[in-house]
Amino acid sequence: MKKITLRPKDKEYMFLDADNVTPDNFAGKTLDEVRAIEIYEGNRTYALGDYFEVSGETDPDPNEIGILIDGSVPKVKYIGMKMSAGKLLVKGSVGMYVGGWMTGGRIRVNGDAEAYAGIGMEGGELLIEGNAGDYLGATYRGDWRGMKGGKIVVNGNAGSDIGESMVGGEIVVKGNADLQAGIHMGWVSKKKDNPTIVIEGDAESRVGAQMTKGEITVLGKISYWLPGFIYQKDDQIDYDGKQYAVKVYQGDRGEGGKGTLYYAGA
Amino acid sequence: MRTVTDVVCPFCGTLCDDLEVDIDDAEKICETRNACIIGDNKFMTAQAPDRHLHPRIRRGGELVECTMDEAINKSAEILVNAKHPLLYGWSSTHCEAQEAGMALAEGVGGTMDNTSVCCHGPSVLAIQTVGIPSCTLGEIINRADTVLYWGCNPVNAHPRHMSRYSLYKRGFFTERGKSDRTEIVVDVRKTETAKNADIFIQPEQGRDYELMNALRVALRGEPLPESVAGISRADIEKVAQTMKDSRFGIIFFGMGLTMTRGKHRNIDIAISLTQDLNTYTKFLIMAMRGHYNVAGADQVSQWECGFPYAVDFARGFPRYNPGETSATDILARKEADAALIIAADPGAHFPIDMVRTLASIPMIAIDPHVTPTTEIASVYIPSAIVGIEEAGSAYRMDNVPIRMRKVVEPPEGVLTDKEIIDRIHRRVMELQGLEVPEVTAVKEPAEASAFDGILQRST
Repeated sequence: MKKITLRPKDKEYMFLDADNVTPDNFAGKTLDEVRAIEIYEGNRTYALGDYFEVSGETDPDPNEIGILIDGSVPKVKYIGMKMSAGKLLVKGSVGMYVGGWMTGGRIRVNGDAEAYAGIGMEGGELLIEGNAGDYLGATYRGDWRGMKGGKIVVNGNAGSDIGESMVGGEIVVKGNADLQAGIHMGWVSKKKDNPTIVIEGDAESRVGAQMTKGEITVLGKISYWLPGFIYQKDDQIDYDGKQYAVKVYQGDRGEGGKGTLYYAGA
Repeated sequence: MRTVTDVVCPFCGTLCDDLEVDIDDAEKICETRNACIIGDNKFMTAQAPDRHLHPRIRRGGELVECTMDEAINKSAEILVNAKHPLLYGWSSTHCEAQEAGMALAEGVGGTMDNTSVCCHGPSVLAIQTVGIPSCTLGEIINRADTVLYWGCNPVNAHPRHMSRYSLYKRGFFTERGKSDRTEIVVDVRKTETAKNADIFIQPEQGRDYELMNALRVALRGEPLPESVAGISRADIEKVAQTMKDSRFGIIFFGMGLTMTRGKHRNIDIAISLTQDLNTYTKFLIMAMRGHYNVAGADQVSQWECGFPYAVDFARGFPRYNPGETSATDILARKEADAALIIAADPGAHFPIDMVRTLASIPMIAIDPHVTPTTEIASVYIPSAIVGIEEAGSAYRMDNVPIRMRKVVEPPEGVLTDKEIIDRIHRRVMELQGLEVPEVTAVKEPAEASAFDGILQRST
């Protein structure tokens, strides 16, 4: 695997749209061509090289490219957008839409991710070691097909509306999640799909609100119970090599849904 | 002395169109009839002596008077030099100005946002998610026998709404007015609207979503817990039954739903509840729009670019994602380097951090009156008051367009919102080295002027 490093220059900007920073876009380009890739600040167009020092080597095959962003870029949006192959590592925090609509490859963020991480994701892996913002693995506005596949892991906490309208794939939050985790989950899923969310910490209220299909597991506490979830039975689940005693609920019955909520915090 | 009849009130989304305004021989507005206290105030203070009539520009920290050309030129320079200008407001002006604003926003590669962002923007997001079964206010007059006000207080905010459309008005199938209707109010406070309700439900704060979820569960006949959001199972079932038993029901909702916890999810489930009710009866839902033409701002934005508000033209094509491209979020994250604020007062209504951002960047304010926003502006251009000093189109809360009338002439030298925006846009095009099209005089439609002649009678 060839490594290409982007080190943020000490230059001020309001925010940057970096939707071209993917292994797919870097493949087959020389370093100078990579430096000339377009990046946008508002209505102005700049070259990637204006904001980042580019070094390393590229490869014609995106599978063989690993992009390292060597620093924190919390104001840079769309990193890894629509990427299909290769690897991307950010040694710090990233802005909005990291891994948005990605179909393959792996992204790892050492710091925090802003809102809309993994939005509309179809495949691949997204690992956020810090906290994630709202709308993790959710839909774009007005779309009712959210994350379709792939896996998102957040080691810290996540914001609200994670996995909104999820069709398939898996989201794991090791910390706490805010309001409305898994809202509208599964409402356009196909038979074979089974969207899954695991929240290892606590969840704010409205977990699985208006969900019709899929599975949500909450190992911590849910702050306020949604009446649409109706008790079915006690059960044992096996998660991460450990056994948990859970109560199983079906919901959201208000929506006529048949999703499953495994709740260990009751 | 003359009287102008059938005047449309430029205040709230109810857009009452039956006002009469008396004007004396010195062209002063001296009395209004039929208007509510807020509408009356808007007319009676329109010609206040403290109104600023000259553009002002900030020099050495002070706003000083300047010529119109200077103000237009400076505004155009601010917008052309900006990487990500924000054009915000637009709700208290007519559709013609909003249309010119869309062109300007696209021309300067800025973000166009209207005050939906801090009122019914969440409703729009919910409508995009689950659709909306709605109607016009006329249908409610004639048919509605169950009226539910959720998180809104029309007695204070839309004073003539209940008497003109929703509750007291007698209609074809509602001959006895209020006696033929059941009024349900859901609010965290016992508001003026709640005081004369047939059923008043007072949920815990921020639990509207859970309560609506419980109503949906009750409608399906599934088991409910003892109480939800502080409301007992019996009360929830009673409300669900009342809604089921109605012949034609309507839910009106306001900021109590859109701007509390969950925001668009509260509307999402309110609409879903309405859809569920249509299994048993006819039930509809409508947003209580605030500013008189905020519905129009959404309409214009939609017909121009497909998105209703928070549209970012920075990349040359429209992008829409409230949360990222909305005025409040842009200011919160300091992602604007210039702003044009028109027909709105974020200086008074936005959180202080956002106002600080606004004060720290070059900002153009266009408003008939001096407001907290105009006081932190780099350029302030006074404008004529739409609906009083200028005719134009506006959309009522049920998205019915109404032509607003001109009652008096604007003060000398004061331009209309559309003229100001058009002039800034022409100067922007000059600065961008583009060919500026020739000005074609915009005429009032012939029918409208003939109509004006008939309706203006001398006394």
